[in-house]
Amino acid sequence: MKPAAFDYIAPNSLEAAVKAIAAANGDGKILAGGQSLMPLLNFRLARPSVIVDLMHIPDMSFIERRGDTVAIGALTRHADLEFSDLIAQELPVMAAAMPHVAHLAIRNKGTIGGSLSHADPAAELPMLAVFYGATIKVQGTSGRRDIPAEDFFVSALTNCLDPDEIVFEIDFPVLTPHAGWAFEEVARRFGDFALASIAVSLEVLDSRIVDARVAVMGVADTPRRLRQAEDALRGEGEPKTAGEFGKIVRACVSPESDIHASAEYRKNLIGALAERAFTTAWTRAVGAKP
Amino acid sequence: MDARGGSEAVKMDIGLTVNGRKYQASIEPRLLLSDFLRDTIGLTGTHVGCEHGVCGACTILVNGDSIRSCLTLAVRADGMDIVTVEGLGTPDHLNALQTEFREKHGLQCGFCTPGMLMTAMDLLKKYPLATDAKIREGLSGNLCRCTGYQNIVAAIRSAVSLRNGSAS
Repeated sequence: MKPAAFDYIAPNSLEAAVKAIAAANGDGKILAGGQSLMPLLNFRLARPSVIVDLMHIPDMSFIERRGDTVAIGALTRHADLEFSDLIAQELPVMAAAMPHVAHLAIRNKGTIGGSLSHADPAAELPMLAVFYGATIKVQGTSGRRDIPAEDFFVSALTNCLDPDEIVFEIDFPVLTPHAGWAFEEVARRFGDFALASIAVSLEVLDSRIVDARVAVMGVADTPRRLRQAEDALRGEGEPKTAGEFGKIVRACVSPESDIHASAEYRKNLIGALAERAFTTAWTRAVGAKP
Repeated sequence: MDARGGSEAVKMDIGLTVNGRKYQASIEPRLLLSDFLRDTIGLTGTHVGCEHGVCGACTILVNGDSIRSCLTLAVRADGMDIVTVEGLGTPDHLNALQTEFREKHGLQCGFCTPGMLMTAMDLLKKYPLATDAKIREGLSGNLCRCTGYQNIVAAIRSAVSLRNGSAS
């Protein structure tokens, strides 16, 4: 229950951190908030020879409005997002989701860059990045690149980064200001990883859904944006009911069984959460229940 | 023999403040902050339960924020201001929250108590805690294996009333 010995490097620039992790030749680990890495080190499930700690790199923790996006530094802590007025105003789905991220003591340490890089399929921030269509900005030895969130998550606990690349910023597009939205999640205990979760945003004009955004997690090995469900909501004719939306979402997912819940339970759960989320989002958008 | 045994010899100097007192130490980078507090400077009030961030017993305040000391390397606490349960009050002069825990019998075996107290200190600072459900949400990362949650929640409820200036 104690980490094995490692060489500890705490550079004070992103460039130096990239060089240090590249020099570790795949046997190094990046330490951000440490709330996922430290348990792995304590259990010795991870035994890297080098730890590259990002904590002394300046200007990696910020939340800024830049044009139509909110730019967030990779070392911004979950608690910074939870208590940010700018996030509450511009990214309300994120604001609603943040209290569900683990517990206060974890949110006081854990970072957005760390959570995205860890790529847990039942974690909130990866799902929010996919929901908003965020751009994940990374730096490696060969320079910088921008990665769309949907391309970033490859499978459970696996991202698309090269071993020498580090996330330094995430840009979240601000959705239509008057859209209705909802975030729903069920976990075994409050703060645990989600059994299933859904985020929905609806833009309603004259009782018609003109734009929709739907993302889910806990029902696949990565968070997923459900474009099929979005298209169904956006279609011509009578607007869908909450019950119909629940059926559509159920039809879009094929979860696996695990020790926490059966596939069948998860499928039912995501449908029930979809119904709730639809009702809340619609009510927020038009000021009346569907 | 561990191929990386050589790394064990490398020590780093840190300086930090714990409960108002300054400490200097030379430590291995792999030393957990929980072990630094308990073994290096002898403050055993911080308890270690699960050692992987699940039980909450090792919760302390770093620069005013509650964190799990078992999920932090001691080297990262260099220059920080730490408060442990020993910094809240003394047996003769319990702080307000500790007093409520005693009044409401908010503990059974006491193992989880340091973590409950340090978590509650941060919850009281950051959240309205308007209902017992919200208090329970806030405590969801702290496990009491005696399952004595009722009185812990009651103690924090009283502390919320005191904080809000309407003692009941």
